[in-house]
Amino acid sequence: MSEEIVLSIFRGDAAGGQEVEYRVPLTPGMVVLDAVHQVQAHQAQDLAVRWNCKAAHCGSCGAEINGHPKLLCKTRLDDYVGETVHIRPMQTFPIIKDLVADVSWNFEVAKKVPAFQPSVPVPFKMQQFDVDRIQEFHHCIECFLCQDVCHVLRDHNAKDQYFGPRFMVKMAEFEMHPRDGGDRVPMLAHEAGLNMCNVTKCCTEVCPQHIRITDNAIIPLKERVADQYWDPLRALFRKKKAPAATGQSVQG
Amino acid sequence: MAQPMQTTAPSRKKAEKHLPYWVEPAFTIVALGGFVIYAIWEVFWHNTGTYHNYVSPFFSPGVAGWFGFHVLTALYVVWVPFLFRFSCYYYRKEYFRGFFFHPAGCAVAEPKSHKTRPYTGERRFPFNLNNLHRYAWYLAVIVLIFLWKDTVQAFIFKNGFGVGLGSIILLINAVLLTAYTFSCHAFRNMVGGRKDCFSCANGKPSTGYKWWRRVSSWNQFHGAWAWASLFSVWAADLYIRLLIMGVFHDPRLF
Repeated sequence: MSEEIVLSIFRGDAAGGQEVEYRVPLTPGMVVLDAVHQVQAHQAQDLAVRWNCKAAHCGSCGAEINGHPKLLCKTRLDDYVGETVHIRPMQTFPIIKDLVADVSWNFEVAKKVPAFQPSVPVPFKMQQFDVDRIQEFHHCIECFLCQDVCHVLRDHNAKDQYFGPRFMVKMAEFEMHPRDGGDRVPMLAHEAGLNMCNVTKCCTEVCPQHIRITDNAIIPLKERVADQYWDPLRALFRKKKAPAATGQSVQG
Repeated sequence: MAQPMQTTAPSRKKAEKHLPYWVEPAFTIVALGGFVIYAIWEVFWHNTGTYHNYVSPFFSPGVAGWFGFHVLTALYVVWVPFLFRFSCYYYRKEYFRGFFFHPAGCAVAEPKSHKTRPYTGERRFPFNLNNLHRYAWYLAVIVLIFLWKDTVQAFIFKNGFGVGLGSIILLINAVLLTAYTFSCHAFRNMVGGRKDCFSCANGKPSTGYKWWRRVSSWNQFHGAWAWASLFSVWAADLYIRLLIMGVFHDPRLF
């Protein structure tokens, strides 16, 4: 007889709810999403779970497994043999039903991020080594686990003051693009709330795409903000250089 | 093409073994807190850190002597490495987790007392001064130059070139401090990180790009250098302090 694993899945909605236990036979290579599907197929047909690709590429199945933000489809159950697996929806966002959270706030923030603004007419050529840096950011699957774990959003609910790590990555992607002519630094310093981040690196720890969010996106952006707003020597040089053309400032 | 600064996925074995969240902040409290207490003892209770040709990193350069001061001589120097480490991006993670519980661990709820105070991150004093990390770096480089001078001096004894245990300790300390200083995020920005295009001048990788790439590879281990150099400073100073106190003699290797 195959081994069983105990899942304790949150059942409820915005009004409240509780964890309910289910037992599922464990098969080799099984991931948490497989087990949730087992439950959905045989024990609780009304269990709500958001998923799509089942291959860690669509970013739909983000949830919290034993308190850690993870993708259900990328978390193997053999990591949890002998323990109960607690599965809850992402805590930072409002619950819709069971494991499905309402992440629409992120899409509203995405609209605020100024898009790519080519500094030269398209089509243009770029050197690979110039775009290596930003290609790391293209790996983002928008699962919003980084947003979920960010304590600024999670514990302080400062969604009106900070865009969150996902959008720092997005802004870094445009800001560091060799052919982008926009200047997002004023937005980073103010509306996007970059300095709400205190670099505790949890976003990097949970990223299923292993993007070094803090080291390669947030900190370089903080340094750019420091270049423009905090460095008196650079301010002096800028004054001497003026009125040399700089990037066009972009607001929303 | 793989990017030089992106990490690969952790191995399965590594992913399976997670320490409890409190281990890291507990280590920070003990190690960093212990170092700070030791530093206070060293700075406020001692006026010299020199034993023959060995100079403790706490007392170098001898700024106090330049101005004829003979009391609390370390105090004129230690504020530089303190500012450098306090504003360091790596240590910010450690002290915000370990001492301020902002947060103590990933997805770990912050204490209830945090709910009553508005969180301001690094927008208010004193944490907004972390934006001046680059200036702390400039000063730290000056101190580092003196530490290398001390390291060379540690190999020159009264009877000429020689190697003592203290010489080795000071050399290791200088190497680790150099690695920590030049793997800094602010330095990474300075050498090329602030540029969007590395080839726009002539289509070839600029010198800034080559430096940025190199510093990026060192930067991956910035946290390891941060701890290693902290312990090496601690060890170097303690060794020289014990020599001054006559607890033991410095063994000469040759």
